[in-house]
Amino acid sequence: MHDHPESLIRELQKRARQIRLDVLDMVYRRGAGHPGGSFSCADMLAALYFHHLKIDPARPDWPERDRFLLSKGHAAAALYSALAQRGFFPIEDLQHWGHLGAHLQGHPDRLKTPGVEMSSGFLGHGLSIAVGMALAQRLHGPRYHIYVMMSDGDMQSGVAWEGALAAAKFKTSEVTVLMDYNDVQLDGPTHDIMPLEPLANKWRAFGFAVIEINGHDLRQILEALDTALEIHSLPTVIIAHTTKGKGVSFMENSAKWHGAVPNEAEYARARAELKGYVL
Amino acid sequence: MSEIPQRQAYGIALADYGAINPQVVVLDADVSSSTLTKYFAERFPGRFFNLGVTEASMVNVGVGLALGGAIPFVNTFAALLTLRACEQIRTCVAYACTNVKLIGGYAGLSDYKDGPTHFATNDVALMRAMPNMVVLAPADNTEAALLVPVIAEHEGPVYMRISRAAVPDVFGNGHTVRIGQGTLVRPGNDVTIIGSGSMVGRCVQAAELLAKEGISARVLSMTSIKPLDVELVCQAAEETGALVTAEDHTILGGLGSAVAEALAERCPTPIEFVGLKDTFAETGPDPDTLMDAWGLAVSDVAAAVRRVLQRKR
Repeated sequence: MHDHPESLIRELQKRARQIRLDVLDMVYRRGAGHPGGSFSCADMLAALYFHHLKIDPARPDWPERDRFLLSKGHAAAALYSALAQRGFFPIEDLQHWGHLGAHLQGHPDRLKTPGVEMSSGFLGHGLSIAVGMALAQRLHGPRYHIYVMMSDGDMQSGVAWEGALAAAKFKTSEVTVLMDYNDVQLDGPTHDIMPLEPLANKWRAFGFAVIEINGHDLRQILEALDTALEIHSLPTVIIAHTTKGKGVSFMENSAKWHGAVPNEAEYARARAELKGYVL
Repeated sequence: MSEIPQRQAYGIALADYGAINPQVVVLDADVSSSTLTKYFAERFPGRFFNLGVTEASMVNVGVGLALGGAIPFVNTFAALLTLRACEQIRTCVAYACTNVKLIGGYAGLSDYKDGPTHFATNDVALMRAMPNMVVLAPADNTEAALLVPVIAEHEGPVYMRISRAAVPDVFGNGHTVRIGQGTLVRPGNDVTIIGSGSMVGRCVQAAELLAKEGISARVLSMTSIKPLDVELVCQAAEETGALVTAEDHTILGGLGSAVAEALAERCPTPIEFVGLKDTFAETGPDPDTLMDAWGLAVSDVAAAVRRVLQRKR
């Protein structure tokens, strides 16, 4: 077990709550976005950006930084909040998400937004890109770790499993997948639309070390991230069981809130719930 | 005709350049013995990655290598590369503007024996429609070899198609090729024939045929289909007043379309198109017989010239 003080857990919980509040504001203000999948990954983003990742907002292209790839690019708002809170760009930029001329695109754009390592939006790409990054650093250095956040939908795309084949072939222990497994996708429950189970066994069969956690328990998230760094022969997947829409009662486990925008009353209620929300 | 296939000239040049530029890495999808990236693999096994039949993932692995500072040459058959990995190319290479070099082997009808599944006849159209993408079709083995360092040293996405077959030699020693630049291959005043890739040699032969009829045909090699050498095209249009394009590709969206777009905007001029007429072709006994049978013969180029001359004002 790795020791993570209670004060750190509290701090990260606050960060996660701020990510959810920012996402809610951003989606409401813009009239577009993906609250459900942004809320489900907020705790993991908080753990990464406010504790685990080796990054420096003053040097977004620092060669030795860890790389984070948001393969589930529709959670862009959550990533933007984390990057802004971490200091990659001003917090007020979040208000301009999706405006003409703004650097914050509907989905992440590596050419426009400081701290975004790779453009994403269509699902499935992150893992094979991470494999390529691992191969590059073996040739040219410097060494760093690569994190890929994937979703249920990511794991339904063929290219993701092609990436898993490649990760296994090259034994890319430099790569850790965080799977935000909320079991809800745009059209309905993942287990109805296109089941992924037995998911842990699939990853194991593909040559990954598998860690299963509650993706909203920051202690478990931090522990899993530390453990993954100690696995030197295999790539690791952290299957994080999460709740889509986590933190807002009427959004939880609801496919409707994959890409829906709250009305004024819903916004007010969601905001109140998030303000009072502590894990 | 060249002594070795164009793919072999490319494979040799890639391996040779690998010795000069340690940033270059090569990816292939289980066809390195066909694309002849195996030469590179034999000399630099640590910089060669065989991804098996995972074209979509291979392109993304290339993207990751590029983001990590390498210069990846991503190879497989042109049809597989541009069709199966089309979305990866659009999103992760073109849109993200990553420094990935896409090399499509077995271009056009050159894989004559395997039939239309293996033919790449809309790859140029697809890649032209990708913002940020450079699209190249070397006219002969000299250009295929010369373009390897040019592509590597260009910052940004590039697509190059390579013939499986031997193609006519067009250029000799001292030739240079640059992105965005076409080449005057043969002077002429009555009409201009613009070819790309394996058709350039056939265009020269057509011009020789036409010379015997008293027709002076200029021949341009348009190796750089995108960006197009608009100045060279418009100069030819103004000086000769009629054009024919010739490509081992569908006439929809390829070289002919690129030239027609430039002409329509800058200097409207009668034009005829030699290429596949919105069809899939068929399996053939050898590349040249197949090309001749499907509208890419030297006589087809010459006939297109005679037609366009009747429309010339």
